[in-house]
Amino acid sequence: MIASVIVRSDVLIIGGGMAAAWAAIAAAETGARVIVVDKGAMGTSGVTATGGPGHWWVPEDPGLRREAVEKQAAKAQGLGDPEWMARIIDLTWRHLPTIAAYYPFGSDGRGGRYVQGVRGPEYMRALRRFAEARGVTILDHHPATELIADGEGRIVGARGIVLATEDAWEIRSGATVLATGGVAFRSGLIGSHTNTGDGLLMAVEAGALLSGMEFSISYSLSPAWASTRTLPYYAARFFDTDGCEIDVPPPKAGHAHQQALGAAMDRGPVLADLSDAPPALHGLLRRIQPLTVAAFERRGIDLWRQRFPVRLFGEGTIRGTGGIRIVDADCRTEVRGLFAAGDTASREPVAGAVSGGGAVNAAWALSSGRIAGVAAAREAQATRSGAYAPASGLGRAGLRPRRAARTLDVPEIVAAAGHEVHDYRKAFWRRADQLRNSLEVLDTHWHTLADHGRAEGRALVELRAAVAMTASARWCLAAALDRRETRGIHVRADVSRSDPAFARRLLVGGFDQVQTQADGPLAEVAA
Amino acid sequence: MIAALVAERCTNCAACVAACPTQVFEPGPTAPVLARVDACQTCYLCELACREDALWVNPDDADASHPPLDVLLASGQLGQVRRDHGWDEPFDAGQLDDYRLLGPLLNEGAEIAARRYAEQG
Repeated sequence: MIASVIVRSDVLIIGGGMAAAWAAIAAAETGARVIVVDKGAMGTSGVTATGGPGHWWVPEDPGLRREAVEKQAAKAQGLGDPEWMARIIDLTWRHLPTIAAYYPFGSDGRGGRYVQGVRGPEYMRALRRFAEARGVTILDHHPATELIADGEGRIVGARGIVLATEDAWEIRSGATVLATGGVAFRSGLIGSHTNTGDGLLMAVEAGALLSGMEFSISYSLSPAWASTRTLPYYAARFFDTDGCEIDVPPPKAGHAHQQALGAAMDRGPVLADLSDAPPALHGLLRRIQPLTVAAFERRGIDLWRQRFPVRLFGEGTIRGTGGIRIVDADCRTEVRGLFAAGDTASREPVAGAVSGGGAVNAAWALSSGRIAGVAAAREAQATRSGAYAPASGLGRAGLRPRRAARTLDVPEIVAAAGHEVHDYRKAFWRRADQLRNSLEVLDTHWHTLADHGRAEGRALVELRAAVAMTASARWCLAAALDRRETRGIHVRADVSRSDPAFARRLLVGGFDQVQTQADGPLAEVAA
Repeated sequence: MIAALVAERCTNCAACVAACPTQVFEPGPTAPVLARVDACQTCYLCELACREDALWVNPDDADASHPPLDVLLASGQLGQVRRDHGWDEPFDAGQLDDYRLLGPLLNEGAEIAARRYAEQG
C-alpha cells in the first residue's frame, strides 16, 4: 500500500483519550515534535469524555500516602506493585492542577478549588486545549491501521486512513505510544464505540505480550434504552414486571450484586426503583451529570418516581485491568520503540486483580501517559536519524489475507465477540467447559478473518476493529480458562477459591495459537 | 441516536462534524448531513459542540426518530445539556461548584442499599 501522505515526528501517539492527551502534553514539554492520531476526535473520544473521573488523590503526607498504598496493595490480591502505586499518586497530585488555565475547577465548599474529580467533557476539552497550547499536532479522524517496523523489528511509525478522504497516511516517528483505550466489545457502554482494542492488536502483531486479560468481568447499570453514568442507581431496588422485588445484594457486594442482576435479566425484564435514592440527588443530578438527566427527561420519565427497565452494559477491559504488559518504569512494551499508556496497558501494577475503579484507573491514565510521553521523547531524541530507513507494515488479519479475499459479515463477527465475553451466563458463571466452547466459536471467526479479510478505506478501519475485538475476546477467555482459580474480579464458578500457586500475573498473546504463560514472580509485595 | 438537525438554526459551522468521535456527520452544502447514524453512540457531545442549539439526540440508542419540529422547538430540550453544563460560560461562572458532591452522593446511595439489605436479612 502506498501512503499518500507521509509525515515525520519525534513522538507519535495513537489514541485520543486522557492517557493520549497527557502523553502528548508531557512529550511536547520536553521539546519533542509530537503528533497525535485518533480514530475519533481528541476531546470527545473514549470513555473519559462522557465520564467524570475522580482521580486517586492523596495529599503530600508520607503517612497518608503509605497508608493509601498499603490499602491498595492489599486489595490488589498479590498482583500489584506498591512502587507504581506511590508513583502515580505523586504524579497525579502534581500534574492534575496544571490544567487550571483550561478547566473551570469548581468550589471545594471551603473556599478552595475541588481538583480531584473532573467532569468528562470539560476535562477532555481542557486536555485538548492544553496539548494544542504545547504545540502538539492533533489529527482527528485519522485511525491507525498498523504499526511499521525497520529491519531490526524496531517500531518506526504507523500507517492509517484519513477518514474524510479515505486516503492512506504514514507517519515516521522516533518512538510511538499506544493509548487507544481498553476494549468494550461494542457493548453500548457510553463513550466506548471506538474502544475496539486496536492498540492491543497492533502491539501483539509487533511482538508484545498482554497481561491480566482474565480480569475483564465488569458491567455498569443503566436504563435499558441507553448507557449513562451510574450515580443515580446506587440505592436502587429492583423488581420484575409482576411487581415482585428481586433479591439483589447491594452494589458494595461487587460480583454478587452484578451476578444477581444478570441472573434476573436472563429471566426477563428488570425494573429499577429509585425512590430510596438520596433526596439531595433530585436537585443536584442535573448540576453534576446533565447528560444522565437528558436520558430520562426526553422520554418523559420521572426517574425518582417511576420504575424503568434497566440492563447491564459490559465494560470489557475498560473497568477491568488487562492490557499490554509494561516491562519497565518508562512504560515500555516488549517491543523496541513502542510504549503503552492508560487502559491500553495492563493496570495490574496499580490495580492487581481487582478493578481499578474510576480513581486508580484515572490516576494511572494520567501518570502512565506522562511517563510514556517523556520516555518516548527521550528515546526519539537519542535515535534521531536523517534518513527514512526501509520499513514494513506489521498488520496481518484484515490487511494481508492468507487466502482469497472474501466479503465477510463483519457485524456478525463483532456481535459474536461481544456475546462470548459479555453474555451474563457466560461471564458471571465462568467455567472451563463454557470457556472452551466460546474459544472454539471465536477461533472459527479468527481463521475466517485471517484467511479472507480484506478491505480499503473506511471499511478497512471497521474490519480491523472486528479483528481486534475477536483477538481481544480470545485473549480474555484464554486467560480466564488458564487462571484455574477465583481471584479479584476473575470469578470462576467451577473453582471458587484462590490458589496461592496462581499469585502471579498471567501473560497471553498470539493469534492462530493463543498462548498463556505465568509471569515471573513479583518483587516483594506489601502485605 | 442523533435524530434531528434543525436546518433553520444551523449556520453550517461544522463544529459537529469535527466533534463527533464516530463521524456520524458529513460536511454538506448548507448544513452537515447525518451520514452514518448507525455509528452514533448517543453521547450527546455533538449537542455540547453546537452553539446554535440545532441538534437533538433521541435518548434511545437504537431510535433515530424525533418529535415533530414544532414540538421539539417548544420543548426547551434543544440546547438543554449545553446550558446545564454551562459549556460556553466563563470559567468563574460556578458551573462545577456542586461537582464535589458526586462522590459523597454515590457513597450515600451505596450505604442506603447496604443498610436496607442488612435489615431485610
